[in-house]
Order: sequence, then C-alpha cells, then structure tokens
Amino acid sequence: MKRIMTAALGAAIIATPAFAEYPERAITMVVPFSAGGPTDTVTRLVAESMSKDLGQQIVVENVGGAGGTLGAGKVAKADADGYTLLLHHIGMATSATLYRKLAYDPLNAFDYVGLVTDVPMVIVARPNFEPADLKGLIEYVKANKDKVNYANAGIGAASHLCGMMFMSAIETKLTAVPYKGTGPALTDLMGGQVDFMCDQTTNTTNQIKEKKIKAYATTTAKRLDALPDVPTAGEGGLPGFQVGIWHAVYAPKGTPKAAIDKLSAALQKALKDPNVVERFASLGTVPVTQEEATPAALEAKLKSEIARWKPVIESAGEYAD
Amino acid sequence: MDLLDNLALGFSTALGFQNVLYCFVGVLLGTLIGVLPGLGPVATIAMLLPITFGLEPVSAVIMLAGIYYGAQYGGSTTAILINLPGESSSVVTTLDGHQMAKQGRAGAALVTAAVGSFFAGSVAIIVLALFAPPLARFALEFGPPEYFALMVLGLIASVALASGAIIKALAMVVLGLLLGLIGRDLNTALPRMTFDLMAMIDGLQFVAIAMGVFGLGEIIRNLDSEQLSRGTVAKVGRLMLTREEARAIVKPILRGTVLGSILGILPGGGALLASFGAYTVEKKVSATPERFGKGAIEGVAAPESANNAGAQSSFIPMLTLGIPPNPVMALLAGALILHGIQPGPNVISEQPTLFWGLIASMWIGNLMLLILNLPLVGMWVRLASTPYHLLFPVIVVFCCIGVLSVNNATFDVLVMIGAGVIGYILLKLDCEPAPLLLGFILGPMLEEYLRRTLLISRGDPSVFFTRPLSATLLAFAVLLLVLMVLPSIRSRTNEALKE
Repeated sequence: MKRIMTAALGAAIIATPAFAEYPERAITMVVPFSAGGPTDTVTRLVAESMSKDLGQQIVVENVGGAGGTLGAGKVAKADADGYTLLLHHIGMATSATLYRKLAYDPLNAFDYVGLVTDVPMVIVARPNFEPADLKGLIEYVKANKDKVNYANAGIGAASHLCGMMFMSAIETKLTAVPYKGTGPALTDLMGGQVDFMCDQTTNTTNQIKEKKIKAYATTTAKRLDALPDVPTAGEGGLPGFQVGIWHAVYAPKGTPKAAIDKLSAALQKALKDPNVVERFASLGTVPVTQEEATPAALEAKLKSEIARWKPVIESAGEYAD
Repeated sequence: MDLLDNLALGFSTALGFQNVLYCFVGVLLGTLIGVLPGLGPVATIAMLLPITFGLEPVSAVIMLAGIYYGAQYGGSTTAILINLPGESSSVVTTLDGHQMAKQGRAGAALVTAAVGSFFAGSVAIIVLALFAPPLARFALEFGPPEYFALMVLGLIASVALASGAIIKALAMVVLGLLLGLIGRDLNTALPRMTFDLMAMIDGLQFVAIAMGVFGLGEIIRNLDSEQLSRGTVAKVGRLMLTREEARAIVKPILRGTVLGSILGILPGGGALLASFGAYTVEKKVSATPERFGKGAIEGVAAPESANNAGAQSSFIPMLTLGIPPNPVMALLAGALILHGIQPGPNVISEQPTLFWGLIASMWIGNLMLLILNLPLVGMWVRLASTPYHLLFPVIVVFCCIGVLSVNNATFDVLVMIGAGVIGYILLKLDCEPAPLLLGFILGPMLEEYLRRTLLISRGDPSVFFTRPLSATLLAFAVLLLVLMVLPSIRSRTNEALKE
C-alpha cells in the first residue's frame, strides 16, 4: 500500500512541471441536474465540442438534487486539478440567497472558466387565456389577482425566478402553483388547468409555434429569431424586465491557471463551432460573445447577479431550505 | 390508406440494415441491464448518449428506445428469479412470479412474462400508430383533481395486493407513505424529516428503497436460514407452459394490455398504476383469489402485459406534445434535441421518417425480444440455480452499482443498506414489502395533487365531485372499497347468524 502511495505521489510530482500538457486524461464535467433536461443538453453540446479541441474526452456526469446545490457542492470539494468541472446555470447566483445553509460559498469556492449562453424566457399562458397582449395581461392579473394561478417548476427553478421577478415588476402578489419540473407544469398549462407561467425557450418554443400555448412577451432586450412575432417585455410595457437563464463553466478553487486558460480557450472555440451554434439556435438561444466566455466576465456576472436577486428573493420571502 | 403508406415508410426505414442492427443492440443492452439488478434504463441511456452523436437521429432513437422497452422484458427476469424488482413497474411481478419460481415453475413464469409483454407491446404500438393525437388530448383533460382521484383509487387497490393479513398490508402502505414524505415540501420548500441532511432534501430514492427492502432483505433472510448451500433461488423445472396454463393467461394478458395502453399515457405513475391495477383486476375477477400471492400465473401475465403496454404508450405524450411523462422519456427527448430535432406537436408531420420508423422499429424490437428471451429462459433459470454463496455477493455488488448509477450519490447506497435491514425485519414479521413501495410512490403524489387542486380551487374541495372524470374515478374507488369490505362483513353476519 505504502509503495503504491509513494509511486502515486512520485507520479504527481513528475506530472506537475509538465502541466503544459494538460489534459492528459478524461475530464469530468458535472451537471447538477438530471440527464435530459435543458441544462444537461447545453452541457453535452459544449462538452462534445470542447473534447475535440482538448484532445481528451469530457465525460458528463449528472449529479442532480436540491436545486443544483448537491452537484455544485461536490465540485467545490473536488480536487482542483482541472479534471473536474461544473456547468451550472443562474442557480449558482440565486442559491446564495435561496439557501441559507449552503455547504459552500458560491462566490469563493470556485475558479471561473467562462459564460456559455444566456437562455431567454417567454411569458406564456393557456391557449384560451383572455388577455390579448402583455399590457392586457398585467391589467387582467392585477384586477383578478385572487383568481389567477401562475405555475412554476418548483422553488429555485428558472420559472420560479422569472415569476418572482414578474410579481415584483408589477407589484402584485399572485398564487403560485408549484410543479415538480417544467414538463408537468406545461402539461397543465396546455390543458388549461393553470393560467400562465414564464419559462425558458428551450421548453416552450415548439409549443408556442404550434399554438398549443399563447406567448405574451420575451424577457430579452431584443426579439428572438426563433419567435419573431413575440414582442419583448420592454415593448409590451415592462421596460427593463429582463431575465435570462445564463449558463457558465466553473472549476474548483485553486485549479492551475494553465488549465483554466486552456479550458477557457477551448470553451471559446466550442462556442464558435457551427454545430453548437446550430443546436443552440434550435433551443432558442445563442452562444455568448467571445469576450464573455472568459473567467473575468463570469466573475463579474456572478457578482452582479447575486446582488440583483438577493432583494427579489428576500422580499418574496421564499427560501429553498 | 394514409396509415398504410406511413407504416410502409416506417418499415422501410426500420428494416434498413443499420437500423435493424441498432435496434438489436438496443434491445440486447436493454435486456442485460434489465436483468442486472438496479442498473436502470436512465443510467444506461445517459451513458450511451455520447456514442449516439455520430449516428443518424433515427438510428440513435431506435437504439435508445430499444434499451427502454428491452429493460421492461429483462426486469421481469430478476423479479421472478431472485425477487428483485429492477424498477417500480416490476414490483408486482415479484408477488406471484417469485412464488412460481420457488415452486420450480420459473420457466413458465418467464415465458408468460415474455409472451404477455410481446402481445401487449404489439397492441400498444398499433394504438400508438392509430390514436396518438386523440390520446394525447385525453391526457390533457387530466388535471390535478383527476390525478388525485386516480391516486386514491390506486391506494385502495394496493391493499388488494396483500395475500396475508389486511391490517399488515395497511400498516405497510402507511409506512411507505411516511417514507415518501421525507424531503422538501413542494409548496413551501420546507424540509421534512431530513435531519438537516442536504442529501435527503429531495427525499429517498425509489431504487435504493426497492433494492434494499426486496433485494438485501431477502438476501439476509436467505443467509440466516439453513438452506444456505442451495439457497431459495429458483429450481429449474419444466420450461414450457401446460395447456391449462396457456389457456389461463389469455384473458389476463388482454385485460392487462388494455389497462396498460390507457394508463401508460398518463405522466408520472402511469405504467406503475397500470401494472398493479391489472393485478388487482385479476384478483377481483378470479374465481380463486386465494391463489394470488402464492404463485398464480395470472398474477404474472396481467401486470407484465400492462407494464410493457404502458412502456410503449408512454411515448405518446413525448412524441405528440413534446412533454416527457417519465425520466426515460425526458432523456429520449434530450437525445432528440442533441440531434437537432425538437420533440413536440410537429414531430409527426415534420419528421415522418423518424416517427414511423421508430414505431415500426418498436414492433421489430419486440419481436427480437421475444425470440431473444424464449431461448434465454433456460439459461437464466440455470444461472439462478448457481450456488447461493456465489450468487449473493454478485447480486449485492450489482445492487450497489445500480443504486449508485442513478444519481452518483453514495448516500443512496447507505439508504439501500438501511432499507435492507428494515426489509429483513419486515420479512421476519411477515409483512409484505410491495404495499410499502406503492405507498412510497403514491403517497407523495397523492399529497402533491391534493394540495395543487386545493391551491387552484382556493380551498374548495367540491371540485373533486363536480368534475366528471374525477367524480367517476372517486366513485370507482368507493365501489372497490365496498367490494373489498363486503365479503368480510358478509362472513361476519353469516357467523353471527349461525350463533
């Protein structure tokens, strides 16, 4: 046993100076959500493309649970050798306030690789919901706030965050109907059991195009290529109402800078890969700019988003633990 | 004629050399992981996703779908031979299947499961081809009150699963309900009974509980009994069905198929409710209900048909609405997206080759499974008669790997060990674990739908009775309850009259 450990230690010492050759073996990229979901899809597309550039396979590992905090916590504690990465979404910023007993510090437990994409959201409703446009929706919701039901996919989910932001923007408290995930929530929306919700284009674009649900507004600054007829929230009377489910790649704190630089470069290359761009488009999103796919941009984004969501979550008083 | 054209397109796609090959690889892998305890289709499909990047989308989906329904065939094998349900829908198969195995009729049980699954699968595929869009619309009619009513019906039916004392079955259902309530409350996100452990915040994992209570519990009991060297694992016995047995399974297979095809389209517990609903129906219509739980072949035929029919019809919501009804379908939807196809209402019209090719391949795959499984029956049975001291360590190792593979969480393995100890105690107390598992799954859903209904109706419970579908289902539940209580009342009055 002792001999094996000495050998391993020796190997580690020999390997360190030659770090320029990183990566020497497969890299694990943890997704803190279950396989098949929107974040998992984004991860697999990016990981596949980055693998080609790095010359080593990136293995996607799904560590779901507790709104993404279990997977993030696992990576926070992992060896900072560049062989364990995390792809997380906006939940990294909101969990700082949503969870009061978090096992790690979202701001200080990670090194940053870069942003990946900012998935837009759409305010959607059951097909026969009365209001004609976003203005009408706001008036209707305010007048009937005891009757209206809005759905979300559970506390901490993208739809929950957007819903909180919407209520705070129109200064009206509504009845939220939580579901276990977007699928059942959308089913009930199509079936007319609930009135409206706000969810990522990943989940809603197709149903909107097929008129199975009604779209009121996007949460973006500009109209989306995938849904050119849907106005932005700004156009519809809610200036500044922007919510995007941004995704980013992290590594445990203390990962060698050489590795981070290499990963960042590979990420930037992956985001230019025509295959990735095309698949992102079918998800209703676009890769971030090259400047945003950097450690500095991600650090700034995370800081500003933690600060932005803190008051929204605290005033709603909804915590996840 | 449209349908014939479409089917012709489908078969011409599915019968291409490459697609037949991938279909075969899929069902073979599915059978294998179905047989290995704990390893489920979700983990397997997730692992194989990267490999499918280079394939045509149709071939990829054909293979991944094959893994899913192949696992339904394989899952019954362990349920019957070693009393280990690989997933929720094969829990019911353990009841009579394993009893048959203990009586040396493992072969007959396995053949019944394979034939029933094939027939049910074939019928459900036709249903899928003919009625997918209207069935999807029907599924949308199911709102929270309807699901609640369905869960009530299911829970009442679950007591009928017990072959021993009713009071013990009730206690097991309630224990299951309690275990199911562990974790974060959906509406307020407040943790319940989690002991402040983050690992428990999403509740306990079904596979861990099932592997523990059934698998490990049974292993511990086998090890403390005297027949250690031989084990309680199935004797070989005759492989084929007798003429009486063949006749006995025809109607259960038909009934199971109908129930499975309908309930399979409902998201959530569809396939599971179908399998034990089918069991309950058989027990009710049988002239000799006392045989159930002691090796009744109908108790294998009906639920096995129902769960395979349900597995096929669960494709309907995914392919027609773009909404996956269970984790496997979510993964398949993800695979389609990775291949640049957005699952949704327009898949049938925009990707006819994919849709019809998949449907045709499912029939071909089911046929392959039948051909693959029948000759394997003899092999499985012999494999299971391996000396127990060699077999049980292998089972334990695979249980651990399987449980770990679901979420990559070592905590789940600890949960399985704990559940194993509890399972052993329950066996010693003559309490059956099947009602516990059903309570565990149905309890949280019952709560979820009840609270959602009341949230939407602002606390008014009359919606349960004013909506026709939910009122009908609740009426069925009452009827079932009366039917169950009636015989005992009658026998009691008879006794009273005698005195």
